[in-house]
Formats: sequence, structure tokens, C-alpha cells
Amino acid sequence: MTSTSNSLIRLTAAEMSAKLRAGEITSVELTQAHLDRIAAVDGTINAFLHVAEAEALETAAAVDRSRAAGGTEAESLHPLAGVPIAVKDLIVTKGQPTTAGSKMLEGWMSPYDATVVEKIRAARMPILGKTNLDEFAMGSSTEHSAFGPTRNPWDPTRIPGGSGGGSAAAVAAFEAPLALGTDTGGSIRQPGSVTGTVGTKPTYGGVSRYGAIAMASSLDQIGPVARTVEDAALLHELIAGHDNKDSTSLPEAEYPEGRLPAFVDAASAKNVAGLRIGVIKQLQGAGYQAGVLARFQEALERLRENGAEIVEVDCPSFDYALGAYYLIMPSEASSNLARYDGVRYGTRVLPEEGPLTIERVMGATRAAGFGDEVKRRIILGTYALSAGYYDAYYGSAQKIRTLIQRDFDAAFEQADVLVSPTSPTVAFPLASKLDDPVAMYLNDVATIPANLAGIPGISVPGGLSEGLPVGVQFLAPAKQDARVYHAAGALEQLLNDTYDAPLWAQVPALEEVTG
Amino acid sequence: MNTTTQAAMDAVEPLSFEEAIETYEPVMGLEVHVELNTATKMFSSAPNAFGDEPNTNVNEVDLGMPGTLPAVNGKAVESAIKLGLALNCSIAERCRFARKQYFYPDTPKNWQTSQYDEPIAFDGHVDVELDDGEKFRVEIERAHMEEDAGKLTHAGASGRIQGADYSLVDYNRAGVPLIEIVTKPITGAGRRAPEIARAYVSTIRDIVKGLDISDARMERGNVRCDANVSLMRPGAGVFGTRSETKNVNSIRAVEHAVTYEIRRHAGILSAGGSIVQETRHWKEDTRTTSSGRIKSDADDYRYFPEPDLVPIVTTKEWVESLRAELPEPPAQRRRRLREAWGYSEAEFRDVIAAGLLDQIEETVSHGASPAVARKWWMGEISRLANAREVEPAGLGVESATIVELNELIQAGSINDKIARQVLEHHVDGEGSPADIVRNRGLEVVSDDGALTAAVEKAMAENPDVVEKVKAGKLKAIGALIGPVMKETRGQADAGKVKQIVLERLGRNS
Repeated sequence: MTSTSNSLIRLTAAEMSAKLRAGEITSVELTQAHLDRIAAVDGTINAFLHVAEAEALETAAAVDRSRAAGGTEAESLHPLAGVPIAVKDLIVTKGQPTTAGSKMLEGWMSPYDATVVEKIRAARMPILGKTNLDEFAMGSSTEHSAFGPTRNPWDPTRIPGGSGGGSAAAVAAFEAPLALGTDTGGSIRQPGSVTGTVGTKPTYGGVSRYGAIAMASSLDQIGPVARTVEDAALLHELIAGHDNKDSTSLPEAEYPEGRLPAFVDAASAKNVAGLRIGVIKQLQGAGYQAGVLARFQEALERLRENGAEIVEVDCPSFDYALGAYYLIMPSEASSNLARYDGVRYGTRVLPEEGPLTIERVMGATRAAGFGDEVKRRIILGTYALSAGYYDAYYGSAQKIRTLIQRDFDAAFEQADVLVSPTSPTVAFPLASKLDDPVAMYLNDVATIPANLAGIPGISVPGGLSEGLPVGVQFLAPAKQDARVYHAAGALEQLLNDTYDAPLWAQVPALEEVTG
Repeated sequence: MNTTTQAAMDAVEPLSFEEAIETYEPVMGLEVHVELNTATKMFSSAPNAFGDEPNTNVNEVDLGMPGTLPAVNGKAVESAIKLGLALNCSIAERCRFARKQYFYPDTPKNWQTSQYDEPIAFDGHVDVELDDGEKFRVEIERAHMEEDAGKLTHAGASGRIQGADYSLVDYNRAGVPLIEIVTKPITGAGRRAPEIARAYVSTIRDIVKGLDISDARMERGNVRCDANVSLMRPGAGVFGTRSETKNVNSIRAVEHAVTYEIRRHAGILSAGGSIVQETRHWKEDTRTTSSGRIKSDADDYRYFPEPDLVPIVTTKEWVESLRAELPEPPAQRRRRLREAWGYSEAEFRDVIAAGLLDQIEETVSHGASPAVARKWWMGEISRLANAREVEPAGLGVESATIVELNELIQAGSINDKIARQVLEHHVDGEGSPADIVRNRGLEVVSDDGALTAAVEKAMAENPDVVEKVKAGKLKAIGALIGPVMKETRGQADAGKVKQIVLERLGRNS
């Protein structure tokens, strides 16, 4: 890898956009630099399940031609035109395989593009490929992928978080400047936290879910993954908006401004004077590593020094959030995953012996096609929805969900944004929690409440503990996504000043790690 | 109950209907599925069309592809509200869809999106008219929206999925909008239960046709009936165990299926046996039912609210605007038209059976007399349609054409026989009747001979009337027109009759 391409990939997406527009670089150069980087490091990281080299370069070359043509053709290019992007392999893409990290969909090609993919194609962003994830987005370490774990660029013996470990690791390792993720209980934010990147879970309905393979419909949300808050905001503005194909997507008129808010402006404000920031009492203390809490406190201190008003808020129902989540999510997942039966598409497995009845083929397909974690959640969800148990499990969980929403409503009376550590720990070693599902589930204790309430959240780097990234999470009321960009953009700037460099720039050189 | 005893029950000879009804009181519950005629499907933009190549009217949503989401067809919701109103139901201000989950290859997502505990319409009634004109009120429990499943074809001797060599699935029907109408238990019907069941399904068919929300063709499965039947001893107060006969797909078959089930239940109960709660298949050839799946109330569909769809909110304004659009209820309309047109009961029944009520009404509104409209539609047009194996309405004959033809006859330009030829040429695309008459040189010289003869006959038979006219009571001529019409089989022009009478009496008109 040349030093030029090495410096290209370390630019932010905003800088890449500026250089492309100024004609200082071409999209082909930029895209090739990322493809080279993937070729160099992804053998170690395993962030990509599929690399779309030819397609990406073709898109890049077309953007360069439009730029060279000048006039309206060049002027009408989207600011992100020519900036490459990686897509979580839970989001369907025409012409590129989509596996959801599962053997069940190995070799399956979607006949249609997800709405967010249509949008990034319309903006003419070269799609570098599809990123690894826990199977059907079920996990917090990407170890549940049927295609091998992704490794953390900060320490390849450790997990990159999950389920979107592939997107986060790709961005942290400079394999892509931007990526798309999905967040059902923290799958964008927790990987962001442990890889030193920025990830946003938009307000539920803020981004169309059409084409995101469903895990839990009432919790899933697509969002941006980036190295800076501004970059995340740039991508968020591109993918946001109402979609007729997703009934749960928000009409623009429902935002307080009556239109899509300007996330980039909010991210660039970098001023916290007078901002009321609520520290959630329930999301700190026991279960959180000392190093994580130390960085968190320092972040609060920076914010306070710069004029923010720090208050503590009480959200007592959060103690039940994890329990409610692990009823609602598997219930919906058990239903959403019923379609994988080998009848219409994807893997079909015939029983090894006995008659070939439809039930037995469906059974053999699902037994062979799904991994253990997926089966665990299907069984849990099927049980929770069964007659006689529905009220006690699914019904009670929905009540807790309402209580959590009320806690948030009350908290947002006292504060403009809420703050917590994103994840209780830094990246843990591979395989260390694989045999203990509950320990794995606890990784998402701080991120889950936002999904249950449908509110926006962001994870932004908050410094290092034992050489590994710590994340700080900001939460805002529904449709107030601009506030999380405002707070996160400001904290990012304060910490850059403190450490004299962005955190993401401190990731160890992988070439040295890989030799 | 195990299969041995069930087979034993199936072997019990059904009682005669008379015996059954003397001993037991039948209770029915009717579930009618109506396929809507919306342009697109319930939750996708794929066409809702019948009879196309398998798996052509499908998109990624209908096939349950990964990542797809449903979007509600607003037109289907409007249809459901209209139907609910026509069934005198309350319309829910807010209602949701749910997922009814079961694994079956005709259901692409392995759940059916349906309304469960929140139907869009509930608590209604419909009055059905029986053969003798008596009315029976059927209470409606609910009408809810759902999607249809795909169509399975099983290759092999059994014709069922069990034991098939292979099965084919066509998803064209998957996602077609359905409304399921569920009655409350129908009690007190006694021996009229089968007739009530037939009249009810027929009424529902007329209502959805009148609302133009379904093609309502039972042979295509646009309207399908599941008939639940149970028997109890009179005054028992507790319903017996029911059977559910599925997919009874003609009006006649509904009556037969209910009759057979009453007889079958009575046979088993009289022999001291007990009824198995199960679904039954209707067999048209033997007019019997056969045992299907044992159905227990413990079937667990793991219903839960469909999280991919937001609740449907029906504003008062919306519902009222739809109510304002409702056509006159079919039964009321029929009563009104029959009275206005003066048809005999038999004539009117034939018109209904021929499905030509709309056409005749329109033709009358264009200025034709009810008798003329009926004569053309039930006569020559039906004959032509029959010869060409199409529906009369499908021949493409406009009301205005019939009026024009009739005017040509009235004016004496053509006679009846020629008019029939003109109609056929018109159907063959030769243009308007006037054009055809001109182009083919069909205009005939008016022949008064037959009419004159009829008038003279009438005058000879009614000398008293002739005297009155002679005495200057010109209105009395009216009394001669009836006999002349009778003689000329209604083809006489009244004005002309009057003219001839006056000529004969040497008076100027």
C-alpha cells in the first residue's frame, strides 16, 4: 500500500467529499485505496463477507466522469457521490449476495434493493461490499456469524462488538469511511463503542427498514456507522426519510421542524453551553468496568467545564429493560424467521432418512440452516407467544416497555439529552462469553432502553481504557435525533482537544499486527 | 376420539332431514370469505388478478422475501368499511392486524396477516329474504380483513398434501385481499336452516356485488363459505359439538351441505354417538361431506399484533363519507324496482337469475319502457350471448342502443324481426342501429295491414266503446288499445291505433 493511499483512507468522509469536489482526488483512486486496504487487512479482520470490487470501481469511474463533464452533471452530484461505503450483510442488495451471516441464506441473491441501498446508489456511493455480523443480527460479538468472527482492529484477539461488528471494524480499520448498520438492541452503538467509532441508532421510523432483514420489527432500525460525528450525520441525512414501503417510517412532517432536521449542522455546532445533560442513575455503577466509568466521568467533566448542566435522572424501570427486551425481541424474531423453510429460496436440506414430507424438509432445513443462538431465540420467542403464556410474557414485556417510555418522558423533562456509557466493558477476548448467553446479553444493558422506547441514540468515542476504546452514549427524545448529534459532536471536539488527536487515529497500525 | 371410533361414526347412516329436525334444533355459524376486486393486493403493489400464469402476479413482498414489509392497501380498507356499513356493523375507530402463525407452504411468510382481536367491523345484522318472502335476521359477529394464501396443487392419487408425489404452489393468490364475515350463532331456524344458509350467502354475494367491492363469482372462489353446524335438543340451552364444512363454493351447495350435516349429526347422535369437532370437506358429486382435519380449540396460532403495520385509524368523516357512497341495499332496491316496473314475480325472478337487473335499470333510465327493456335483455340479447357463450352484459350492448332500436321500431322504420338482425350486426361491430339500417338498406315500408286488422277486430268486439267514441268521447279509445296490444303481442304503436280508429269512424284526428 502506498503512502498516498494510506493517507487517503485516513481522511474523514467529509474530507473525502471535499477533495473529490475540489478535483484533488478521484473516486476511482479513493475506492481503489479502500479495496487495497481490504485486501491487505481483511484476512485478519474478516469484516467483509463479500467484496464488490468491480461494481465499486464502476460506480466510482462513472462519478469521476460526471465530475469531469462539469456543468449541471457535476453540480447535481450528491456531496457523498464517489465516497465508498460498506453495507451490513443484513441489508439486501441486488447484484451482491446477502447472507444475514447465516448458512440459511448462503448463496442467496436478493431480487430487490433495500430502500437505503437505493438511496446510496442514487447518491452514487461505491458499495465496497457486505460486512459480517452475528447470524440474523443476534449477538454482541459477531462470533455468531456462520462465516467466522470479525476481529477488533484495536486488538485482533478481541471481539469488535455485535451484531454489526463487521461494519464497525471495517470503519475502524480504514477499510471503509462509512458503513450502514442495523440496531435492534445496540448492534450499531455497542460495536461503535468497542471499536472507537461513531454509530447512530435513529428514531424508530427515521430510516426505512424496507430491505433490512427483520429480527425484531418493533425494535430494528438502520443507521450510520462512521469515524466522526459529522460523517455519521452526513450519511444519516442521506438515508433518512419516509418510505411508502415501510408503514412504520416517519413522515417528514412529523419532525418538530416539519421536515428532516439538519443533522450535519447539529453535529458541527460543537457548543454545549446551557445544554442540560441527564446522567441515568441506573446505567452506571455495578457491572460497569472501572476504566469505562473513569472515562465516562472525565467526559462528563469536560462537558460540565464547557457550560453543560449535568443532572442525574432516575429511570427505575430500566432494571427490567433487559428482561422485557429478551421477551419482545425473540417473540418477534421467532415469527420473522419462520419464512426460512427451504420452500421458496435459500438453503434447502433434505432429511437424511425417512419420508420426504414438507414438514420434515422444513425441519431439516431449519435444523441445519440456523445456528445455536438463532435457535435459542426462536425457541424462547415461540414459547413466549404460546397460548396461555402470552399475557405473562409478551403482554408483561409490552407493559414494561410502556413504563420505560414513561421513565424517558420524565427524564426528558429534566434534561435535553441523556448520557451513559454505551457498553459496560471494553472489547472482551474472543470466545470469552460464547458459552454464557446471559453474560453476552448484558453487553446491551445500556443500549436496549432506547430501542424499547423508539428514541435515537449515538455512541461516540470517550477515550481508552487499557488501550481499548470506551464509548459514551447520548440519547434524545423521539424525532430529536439532531440533539444527539449536537451533544456527541461537542464531546468529540472536547476530547480531540484533550487528547490532541481524534481517538480513531490511535488505532494500532494493522500492517504491523499482521506482519 | 381416536380414528377407529371416528371411522365408526362416519359409517353411521344419516337420519332423514325430517326425522333430524323433529328431534334436534340446528345451530349454524357461517363464515363467508369475500375476495376483493382491488387492483393490487392487500399488502403489496402486485396485481390482484385471476387466471394468469402461475407465479406471475407476485413481487418480493408476496413471496415473503427477506427484508420485505407489508403496506396496507387503502382501497381494501375502504371496501371493508363499506361492507361493514352495509352489514349494519359498528366500525372500529382504531384496529390492528395480527400475525396468525402456522407453517404451510401456501403461506409465504409462514404466517397469515389477519385481524384477530381487533376487527374493523363488528356487531351487525343482515335481513335475508326466504323463498316465501319471509324475512330472517342473521346477526353478524364481525367482519375482518386478511390476506389470501397461495394455491397448492397436489400431484398424486390422494389429491391432498399427504401422500402427494409432489405439490406445486402458485402464489398469484397469496396476498389477495379478503374480508371474512362471521355470523353469531344462528338459532331458531329449525327446518329452514339450510334455506337460511343459502339465502344468507346469496344476500352477502348480492351486497358485495352491489358495493362493487368483489367480482363475487363463487365458481372462482371470490365468495367462499365455511358452514359450522351443530345440533342440540330443543330447549337444551347448550350448543352441541360443531363440525365445520370448508370451502362450500356455490349457493346451492351451501344449502345441501347444511342439510347433509344436520342429517349426519342427527344420525350419530341418535345412535348414541358423539360428534367429533373437525373440519369436513364438501363433495359436490355425492352431496356429502368427508372428514378432514381434527380441529380443537387448542390450535395455537401464536397470534400477536403485526409490528410492521401501524394501527388503522378510521375517522368519523371518512366513515361517513363512505356511508354516503353506499348504494341502496340490494333487497330494498329489488323491491323498489319490481314495484316500479310492474313485472310479475316470475318475470322478476328470471331477471335476477339472469343477473340483468343493472342492465334493465339502466336501459329504463335511458327512456325505454320496462317491458321493452326486459324484452330485449331477456330475449334477443340473452339468446345472442348464449350462442356466443358469453354473459349478456359482456356482449357490449349499450342501453342507448336498445333505446335507439326501439325508436326505429316505433317510428315504423323497421319491424321486430329486422330489429333483431340489426342487433346482431351491431354486436358484430357494424356501428349504430341507424347506420346499419341505412347501410344495409333495411328500412321497410310500414305495413299497416296487420295493425288495421287488429284494430278492426277490437272495434268489432267492443261496439259499446265504438259508440262512445262516435259520441265524441275520444278518451274511450284507450279501451281499444289493450285488446289491440294483445292481438299484436305488444308491438302496436298506440298513436297509430288511435289514428286508425278515427279513420275508420270517419273522423280526423
